[in-house]
Amino acid sequence: MMPYIMCFILFLVGLYGVITRRNLVKIAVSLSIMEISTFLFFALIGYIDGGVAPIVDPADPVKTYVDPLPQALVLTAIVIGLATTSMLMAIIIRLYRKYGTFDIREIKNLRG
Amino acid sequence: MNPLLPLFVIAPLAAAFLIMIIGRFVSEFNKYFTSLVLLFLACLSFYFLFTTGENQFVYKVGGWEPVNKIPIGIYMVMDGFTAIIVCIINLIGFLAAFYSISYIKRYTAENYFYALFCLMIAGMNGVVISGDFFNIFVFLEISVISSYALVAFGVEKEELEASFKYQVLGALASFLILIGIGLIYWKAKTLNIADIKTAFANDYDKTYYTFVQILILSGFGLKAAIIPFHAWLPDAHSSAPSPISAMLSGVLIKAVGIYVIIRLFFNMFVISESMSVLITVLGTLSMVIGVFLAIGQWDIKRLLAYHSISQMGYVVLAVGMGMVLISRGERPEVAALAITGGIFHLINHAAFKGLLFLNAGAIEYTIGTRNLKEMGGLARSMPATSATSFVASMSISGIPPFNGFFSKLIIIVAAVMGRFYLLAALAVIVSVITLASFLKFQRYAFYNETDAKRDKVKEVPFPMIFSMVVLSVICLALSLLVIPEIREAVLTPAINILTDPAKYTSTIIGQ
Repeated sequence: MMPYIMCFILFLVGLYGVITRRNLVKIAVSLSIMEISTFLFFALIGYIDGGVAPIVDPADPVKTYVDPLPQALVLTAIVIGLATTSMLMAIIIRLYRKYGTFDIREIKNLRG
Repeated sequence: MNPLLPLFVIAPLAAAFLIMIIGRFVSEFNKYFTSLVLLFLACLSFYFLFTTGENQFVYKVGGWEPVNKIPIGIYMVMDGFTAIIVCIINLIGFLAAFYSISYIKRYTAENYFYALFCLMIAGMNGVVISGDFFNIFVFLEISVISSYALVAFGVEKEELEASFKYQVLGALASFLILIGIGLIYWKAKTLNIADIKTAFANDYDKTYYTFVQILILSGFGLKAAIIPFHAWLPDAHSSAPSPISAMLSGVLIKAVGIYVIIRLFFNMFVISESMSVLITVLGTLSMVIGVFLAIGQWDIKRLLAYHSISQMGYVVLAVGMGMVLISRGERPEVAALAITGGIFHLINHAAFKGLLFLNAGAIEYTIGTRNLKEMGGLARSMPATSATSFVASMSISGIPPFNGFFSKLIIIVAAVMGRFYLLAALAVIVSVITLASFLKFQRYAFYNETDAKRDKVKEVPFPMIFSMVVLSVICLALSLLVIPEIREAVLTPAINILTDPAKYTSTIIGQ
């Protein structure tokens, strides 16, 4: 149970960062922390205590294997996460060039 | 197995790739090729709309056949409901791409614009056509990442700020959805929607899945901008280039938001009364608060964006009423009527909101402002824009004989028959306020006299007029869906697949 609780705490740390930080880059880092905690949760789902890598051994076919599907899903999700993070960073760099600041309190043209 | 299904994803993906390669050497290739590909997809989707009927076509990616009736491959599913949404995506997509031929000349990097446009279409088609929950997530990310880039396409201060806001909230939504998928996989040990349904039939832990449902509802609710999650929508939709605003408001929030919510809650989860009441309340809140936020706006695109929230509220409200009635197990014909109204309004909203954003783009294209106070007197110099926007405004405010009237009428009749009198009254009041808001738009944009010189203002070029006129004809033609014969051919298969989850599951598992 402990790893799941740690994973949830990591998610909350990220959420706290997104809500309270004023710096654009720190918001992006907090989002990445949340993302990583989600991936960690996925990897934990597939883990079975005492399981081995799911390569079928003809000599002993009834071994306990870990579930390989969540790992495949996490790999896909990591690639997607890379795309979102790089997109976010590109926008942050452009914002810095336009406004000359990373402070979110000074970037508020859109209201109402 | 239907070999035509993957084309919906492959064709726009390949188009995006080819545009980046060939468009570099051949000028003008990008715009005509995009329109051509989307026209082809629109024809294909209409072919499916007329042939699907009550059938379900399944395509198994990679040819992985089920083992012991347990699906192991990735499934693509085409049924009555999917066919309708696919038609909306590709038809509005084609018209927006054709409109862009003239509109996008003011931006640089046209190749990137058309490539991202095709990627967005590929993602949305993938979301709608996928029968596998994790694939819905993957395609959703494809479409929203390209929409992040398209919102920021002008790279000015407002566009970048809107895109940043959209991305932070979009990323939060993605994590919520991903955790929801993880929790479902943990218990059900499968990701195929039909197979999850069978797993639920054997073992359904109500408390656990209520938690999952709330995660999924908030995730897709953020994508669909239902009221407590709406903060990003007015910024993002008003900052994007106008054809993209038409795609975002007309199609994206439906395909990746409302469609998935409807599909999952009807065909996957067991409908519970508490969740259906929650969905109905969220829909009502969106409907009422959205219209009140819209009424004080002077920027036309922000005004239209807030109306999108309000009109989506009608759809969510109607679907929620249907769910409440189904969960209570009473009066299934009224539940079916409410869902019919919701889906009819969803189709109509795609047509008239797409048209309104294209009108806003045409006005911005000619006089270079989005502020209603600086407009006026455009009716004489821009007759086509004025006439089409009149059609769209009357449709959205529910004036007969335009399409919006019939869908709102069905929703209100269903609300009265289901004894939701308060909701029916609210729906009528919101419709009246919408009318007031659009009369203001018509008056300030087209009929007011101004001191500004309007002699030089000319009508927009042909591709823009063509798209607007076609959409306004569609707005009128969609009224025909109220005729029973046409409704039974188009809408009824979708309603049947939603109200009968056992049929959805058994056909897909059986194939």
